[in-house]
Amino acid sequence: MKGLLGLAARSGWNRRQTLSLVVASIALATLLLLSFDRVRTDVRESFSQSVSGTDLVMGARTGSVQLMLYAVFHIGGATNNIRMTSVQAISAHRSVEWIVPLSLGDSHRGFAVLGTTPEYFTRFKYGEHQPLALAAGRAFTGDIDGLYEAVIGAEAAQALGYGLGQRITLRHGSGSGPGSEHADKPFTVVGILARTGTPVDRTVHVSLPAMEAIHIDWAGGAPLPGVRIGPEEARKFDLAPKQVTAALIGLKSRAAAFAVQRYIADYPGEALMAVLPGVALDELWNVVGIGEKMLLGLSGIVALVSLAGLVAVVLAGLNERRRELAVLRAVGAGPRHVLLLLAGEGVLITLLGAGFGVLATTALIGLAGPAIQSHFGIALNLSAPAMSQWLLLAGVIATGVLASLVPGWRAYRLSLADGLSPRT
Amino acid sequence: MIEIHDLRFAWPGAQSDCLAIDELTIASGERVFLHGPSGGGKSTLLGLLAGVLVPRQGRVSLQGRDWSSLSGAHRDAHRADHVGYIFQQFNLLPYLDATDNVLLPCRFSGKRRARAASEGGSPRAAARSLLERVGLEPDLRARPASMLSVGQQQRVAAARALIGHPEVVIADEPTSALDAPLRDAFMDLLLGQCAAAGSTLVFVSHDERLAARFDRVVPLAAINRPAAREVQP
Repeated sequence: MKGLLGLAARSGWNRRQTLSLVVASIALATLLLLSFDRVRTDVRESFSQSVSGTDLVMGARTGSVQLMLYAVFHIGGATNNIRMTSVQAISAHRSVEWIVPLSLGDSHRGFAVLGTTPEYFTRFKYGEHQPLALAAGRAFTGDIDGLYEAVIGAEAAQALGYGLGQRITLRHGSGSGPGSEHADKPFTVVGILARTGTPVDRTVHVSLPAMEAIHIDWAGGAPLPGVRIGPEEARKFDLAPKQVTAALIGLKSRAAAFAVQRYIADYPGEALMAVLPGVALDELWNVVGIGEKMLLGLSGIVALVSLAGLVAVVLAGLNERRRELAVLRAVGAGPRHVLLLLAGEGVLITLLGAGFGVLATTALIGLAGPAIQSHFGIALNLSAPAMSQWLLLAGVIATGVLASLVPGWRAYRLSLADGLSPRT
Repeated sequence: MIEIHDLRFAWPGAQSDCLAIDELTIASGERVFLHGPSGGGKSTLLGLLAGVLVPRQGRVSLQGRDWSSLSGAHRDAHRADHVGYIFQQFNLLPYLDATDNVLLPCRFSGKRRARAASEGGSPRAAARSLLERVGLEPDLRARPASMLSVGQQQRVAAARALIGHPEVVIADEPTSALDAPLRDAFMDLLLGQCAAAGSTLVFVSHDERLAARFDRVVPLAAINRPAAREVQP
């Protein structure tokens, strides 16, 4: 049998031009399946790692998925703000240990701006309860003296090439129309956070009073005509925040989560809601999961098509190889050898294609990983294939082996019918 | 040695037998010239002798074994052990070089591999000396079969049929693609090598000019009476 596999390899090498195309298409299908699955698992991973140590996320009443999307991922917008008085009332609940208000809506060159309290930097946790760390500089002070201070995430710093002391201006909303720039009140970067692999990396953090200050001469999303309040003048106003977008809540005991959640939902002063991050992330993933399953299905179809190509190529070449099969029969090969030869060829091609696909996936993730991280904030790991990827690979190979039996069987039938004199 | 008794063979789906041979015996070491017109069932008979086909009825045995009594896998092994086969043309696998083509039977038969090894030291050495004896230039041994001329290919095919001393060599019009001088040279080497090895040679051709060089001439038309089936009740 070993000799027969050698013959299959030599015979295949003889037709390497056609077969290399088949190998390439199987490799591409494998690449598609594996890299898609790798992205899927890593996205899921970074999703579930994006917030931890926070027991509840609170916001105006909306969908829990939407609340998570804007509060944690800074995607989309809030339908309503919540009053700061409500936040203070909730923080007075006996089970609440800490509460960190979040104010969203502005941006800086495509990066979300988050107004919050200095406590954010100690309370916010990601991954396995890891706290935020400063790679350089310090957190903003949050008082009047440090009003125009900003702390930027690692990705924002790297992408924009910012260092400490960089002067930046914020833009109202994520829009790009003229006049939406808070150009009169520039900020200074005082801190750069270490990389976390979460949306924090792509966020510009400022204090809540600073958010008030830059909007002091604005109303309804536009500067008030004829009113100009300069950056120094603004310090004299009452900059205590009146409204925020959402809040992160830490509890003294996780067991109280449902009680506090109900308390927030029943809060009489305003329509509020709170979600458990883990539950909402699962829900969010279920929404994403539908598209994800469809894409996986499509990749599977691509794999099937390329394996059908393998069968077509080997079958098409079979007629020209009937003389070869007759020669093999004459020197003592049985029909079963002929079956093995053809099926072995298909198996070799499948294995080669799958092997190249794994190599290409590794190369792609290794080369494109950093770019994907900087553009989408998804950290792709160049680690050993996960269980699901092994299964996909096994699926490709098993289907390839099964598909190879088709030309093998055809050759078996032909060599029985032809004997030593193929009627070609 | 080959024995045929009461052979009847029809291709699947055919209305009548294409071969009906009552009796044919070819002794060990005999060199037999079998001739008949094209389409007269010559290749079919060779397929039956080589055990690739089995008769509908009757007995075809080679080296004392009835092909019909053997299972498919055993027929293949018996053929690999005892039969060297030469085709009209396209004898070689294009992706193997001349030496590897000669060594092909050794891949399928341990007996012939062992005999080749005992003769030449190793199967490869035996193949080399056979290629030398059939007159293939040494620098052509490693050349892919597809780059050899037709005459060279037939010589390699003869070497392959002879490696490991099979008891029977069957040749199916091996000279029909060769011109006269090449044909004569090929006949010399085939007859000479079979005689040297003591192999039985069954040589089929429609070219009766070659008949004189054989021990025995069998016209297929004289032994094959397929019409006989129709007169049976």
